Amino acid sequence: MADEMKDMVLEYVIDEYVDEDDDIEVDFDTPLISSGIVDSFSMVSLKVFLEKKCHVSLPDKEATPEAFDTVNKICELVRRFQD
Amino acid sequence: MSNIGSYEKRRENFSWDIAKEVLGWKEGEILNIGAMCSDRICAQGKSDKKALIWQGFGGKQKTYTFNDLRVLSNGYAKFLKDLGVEPGEKVCLFMDKIPELYISFLGVLKMGAVAQPLFSAFGDESLEVRLLSADTKVIFTTRKHVKKVRKIQDRLPALEKIVVVEGNPDKLKEGEIFFQVEEAPPVEEFDVFESGPETPSVLHYTSGTTGQPKGAQHAHASVWGQALTTSWVLDLNDDDIYWCTADPGWVTGTSYGIIGPWSLGATQCVLDSGFTSAAWYNFIQDNKITVWYSAPTAIRSLMRDGEGLVKQFDLSSLRHLASVGEPLNAEAVIWSEKVYGLPFLDTFWQTETGSMMITNFPGMKIKPGSMGKPFPGIVAGILDLKTHKPVTEPGTVGLIAFRPGWPSMFREYVKKPDIYRSKFVGAADDAQPAELRTDESLWYVSGDRASFDKDGYYWFVGRDDDVINTGGHLVGPFEIESALVEHEAIAEAAAIGKPDEVNMEVVKVFITLNPGYEPSDDLELNIMNFIRKRLSPLAMPQEIEYSEKLPKTRSGKILRRYLKALEWGEEVGDLSTLEDD
Repeated sequence: MADEMKDMVLEYVIDEYVDEDDDIEVDFDTPLISSGIVDSFSMVSLKVFLEKKCHVSLPDKEATPEAFDTVNKICELVRRFQD
Repeated sequence: MSNIGSYEKRRENFSWDIAKEVLGWKEGEILNIGAMCSDRICAQGKSDKKALIWQGFGGKQKTYTFNDLRVLSNGYAKFLKDLGVEPGEKVCLFMDKIPELYISFLGVLKMGAVAQPLFSAFGDESLEVRLLSADTKVIFTTRKHVKKVRKIQDRLPALEKIVVVEGNPDKLKEGEIFFQVEEAPPVEEFDVFESGPETPSVLHYTSGTTGQPKGAQHAHASVWGQALTTSWVLDLNDDDIYWCTADPGWVTGTSYGIIGPWSLGATQCVLDSGFTSAAWYNFIQDNKITVWYSAPTAIRSLMRDGEGLVKQFDLSSLRHLASVGEPLNAEAVIWSEKVYGLPFLDTFWQTETGSMMITNFPGMKIKPGSMGKPFPGIVAGILDLKTHKPVTEPGTVGLIAFRPGWPSMFREYVKKPDIYRSKFVGAADDAQPAELRTDESLWYVSGDRASFDKDGYYWFVGRDDDVINTGGHLVGPFEIESALVEHEAIAEAAAIGKPDEVNMEVVKVFITLNPGYEPSDDLELNIMNFIRKRLSPLAMPQEIEYSEKLPKTRSGKILRRYLKALEWGEEVGDLSTLEDD
């Protein structure tokens, strides 16, 4: 289940934020915000995606650039609020 | 003692010629911003002084001296001249906050062309309307962003050259040029274009309530206002290390992220990596930044991460903080004084004004939440909302207005003389831009509302129109609505600003769907990403409300103000023009 979520988030990030001909490899630990792949304004659509697909409500206070910086960190955050 | 000294005395004895004294500029010298920020500083004996300390993703760092700026900007200037670019033609700079952006900006100006920086997060549609409007001839971009230019180049008849200035040359398409200035032979000498005070310099686009964004054209004389305000408000001195967090795709990033500091020969830092509070504090600590000019959205994000994080860093180098982009709330001023030992001083100005207009000054009593007082040399007023006559009673809310004539004022809206004229109260129907911007009997109306108190401090109230201020950037509702109705599912759309704790406002849209479409999570995400990619992340709706029908006037115009009033819990006002159900 946990791996499914990670795969789903990674796929969404690649589909929406990475162009086909970008020379970027994105994996579960690739920095997203601090590397500029996802800018801080675009984090909102990522948050909406997580809330809709993972049936969770993420408080704005917790949805920080640090917490959204890698797929692994994002999934940790989501799991914390699913529990 | 601050550079401004006594605010009252400066107001009494003010002349814009003081800027020339501050810069050590003599009559007869070339008034060219590109050369004033590089060649001139070297001529003052500061060739080896650091001009730019840059840090990118992954901690990558580069440092440039003023001599580097001089030689490399010569390189860009010569390249453009060899390309056949003529003075006055527009050269767009479309890239992230990389050194090439800052240095090519100077090069464009040195050869007499107009620099048109655009925010690199713009999607292809936002880029297209701005390049089309300006008849841009050349675009400087990077491997990362050239794809957006390719999508629209066939619809841009004036665009002759696409130049990629950074990245890998291997994947360029036919006709694109790769030019990496640091790999090209150094250009020690360049015959700088002899611009005058009215020669067009920088073109920034700004959004309005109706129509597409407008190009606010500035001239080389703007440097007087930008240099003097940098000296007196930002209090920059020769030994300061300065950081302006703004992107040069917006006016703050050029007026105070390039022209102000470099015309004064100051060392500045640029951080081109995503925002995290820890990364920003680390950057201040590592570079011993002394003067920091940022934005309320960033400050409120730093507040959210708390005082504990601040204590993990040595920020003792900071000596002066200022803020711009949207009103700085009193809590942020008080918080910054508590945790940094220094209050952020709010500054008010806009794309059209080119330099600071109403600000808090070093040494002045700060009233947290206030915009401060007019800069010396600026005649500000509050005009009655209906009569447009100046109000005299403190506390009366009206339109913020200025008497024309300050040097950094925009010279025109590109190809839109009627809209330019409409910004001046009392203007004759046939008045030309040159008359308007020098006629001190007129008022230039900013589009914002405020009041002043009995001590002469100004207090911001809000916009006087429907423009959305999100994170300090103005976004036009018309642009968003036009893009939304291009989405196959959307029949009609209205965009408004919705209150937001961090960004002041975020975009909320109301839409009606075409037959065959139903509201769903997937559709909502699809619409958000559609706007993010077409326009920009700033324009992306953060809330979408589905509606059966949108409120309209009898003539069929969507009543945004009605939706906004409901959203903000305000009086909806006169609804006599509302369409009957």
